[in-house]
Amino acid sequence: MKCHHCENQATVHLTQILNGQMHKMDLCESCAQAKGVTNPENLSIGGLMEKVDLEVDSTNPSMVCESCGTTHQDFKKGGRLGCDACYHVFRPVLDPLLDGMHAGTKHLGKIPSGSESRIQFEQKFNQLNDQLKHAIETEDYEKAALLRDQLRDLEGKAETAR
Amino acid sequence: MFHSIISDDSSKKKQPKAIPVTLSTRIRLARNLQKFPFPGRAEVSQKRAVLSECISAVSGIKSLNNSVSIEVDDLSELDRQILVEKHLISPELSQVEEGSGIILTEDRSCCIMINEEDHLRIQVLRPGLDFSSVWKDADALDSGIESAVNYAYDGDLGFLTACPTNLGTGMRASVMMHLPGLVMSKNMEKVINAVNHLGIAVRGLFGEGSDANGSIFQISNQQTLGESESAIIERLNSTLESLVKQENNAREKLLQDDRNRLIDKMSRAVGSLKTCHLMQSSEAMDLLSLVRLAADFGMLPEKFRGLADRMFIEVQPGHVQLSAGHAVDPSERDELRAALLRNHFVRAPFLDLSSSS
Repeated sequence: MKCHHCENQATVHLTQILNGQMHKMDLCESCAQAKGVTNPENLSIGGLMEKVDLEVDSTNPSMVCESCGTTHQDFKKGGRLGCDACYHVFRPVLDPLLDGMHAGTKHLGKIPSGSESRIQFEQKFNQLNDQLKHAIETEDYEKAALLRDQLRDLEGKAETAR
Repeated sequence: MFHSIISDDSSKKKQPKAIPVTLSTRIRLARNLQKFPFPGRAEVSQKRAVLSECISAVSGIKSLNNSVSIEVDDLSELDRQILVEKHLISPELSQVEEGSGIILTEDRSCCIMINEEDHLRIQVLRPGLDFSSVWKDADALDSGIESAVNYAYDGDLGFLTACPTNLGTGMRASVMMHLPGLVMSKNMEKVINAVNHLGIAVRGLFGEGSDANGSIFQISNQQTLGESESAIIERLNSTLESLVKQENNAREKLLQDDRNRLIDKMSRAVGSLKTCHLMQSSEAMDLLSLVRLAADFGMLPEKFRGLADRMFIEVQPGHVQLSAGHAVDPSERDELRAALLRNHFVRAPFLDLSSSS
């Protein structure tokens, strides 16, 4: 398991209940010391998470959902997102939080039947797209042309389905 | 119809037999519609649009044929309080302003909250412990609604919810448990810590931040992402099984080590309920808890277990006012509550100590 803050192996595993929710965090020894984890007196995962957020903040200062107007500050303050598009916008700060919050970070439950076809479409589309990139990189233009046609077909089908 | 549903005396209906330790099972699914901001970010007009879309989505669902849909706005303070006390809606929904609603079935086994924290909170509940049938119903209801609306869903993250703690399955599976043995033997804190480590949450009777009056606790899954619904239920179930075992062990031990004191407590509880003249709800909960315990030990007839469960709800402030038919101030409420309990317990027998030794 990797450290929450750097690429080192995590050796300090922290669990804390905050507002009735369990939060877990894994840190390497030097990050644990730097964040004051070795001093249980002033230890708070909330504070640690804020630091994670701040670091992300500095690389992406204007994090705001254009769809609903939720800002990173709003999310940090209330812990709530404003709309489905927020999940794209705040994904970078969300991912490390989800890791500690849940049993995993990939949905393994029910798939709505309506979107099953959409997911299959996306998977197929991404797969073909990756193959196309690879074909272009390896200068296999014959294959690339074939893949491009397949992608066009797929898009066309998706259009008519809509 | 709404008032006949909520004021309906459940004692007249055929209820499944109450069982020791586990009071009720519930599954709640959080869902949101695409293209609308979540309720916390939505304008009133957007909430109204979501409300009407949801109400029309359920209109074709067979299992909801005998149901009413109401706007929270149209409910009196007392009606809202009754719904909270019956655990049909959350305290949060009872406080909302415009644009929220409830769809409630006649038998009160299903209640859908609209525009609470998420657009939809689909809830199915049953007495006793029965996850398989509760999940089957919740799943069917969810699929029925989904055939008429587009849910906010992501292939990686699952169902998208206002709070990331509900992400993925959006499912909170919970049981209401009666754990007087663990409380009296002062083991509850240890148990809470242990199950927290397993990703299971323990809350009081009315959810987050409420007291555990009457030694009643809500046990639920904490995590919703990274596991399937059946895996979550399985994990919760195995934790519950071990909790039931620990509760029963604690009860046995109390009966062995401190038998007379325990019997004295339960006997006095029955006595108080028979003769009280003023009774606060928290005291009533604790006495009823002891009555339920005595029924579990076989020292009171079985029917007192079901009676205790009914009274747990009917002694709540809103219900006392509902049966009085008018608003009453707290001191009068205590008098009315005492009268209600006396009435139900007047013929309660002495504890039968022959069956257990």
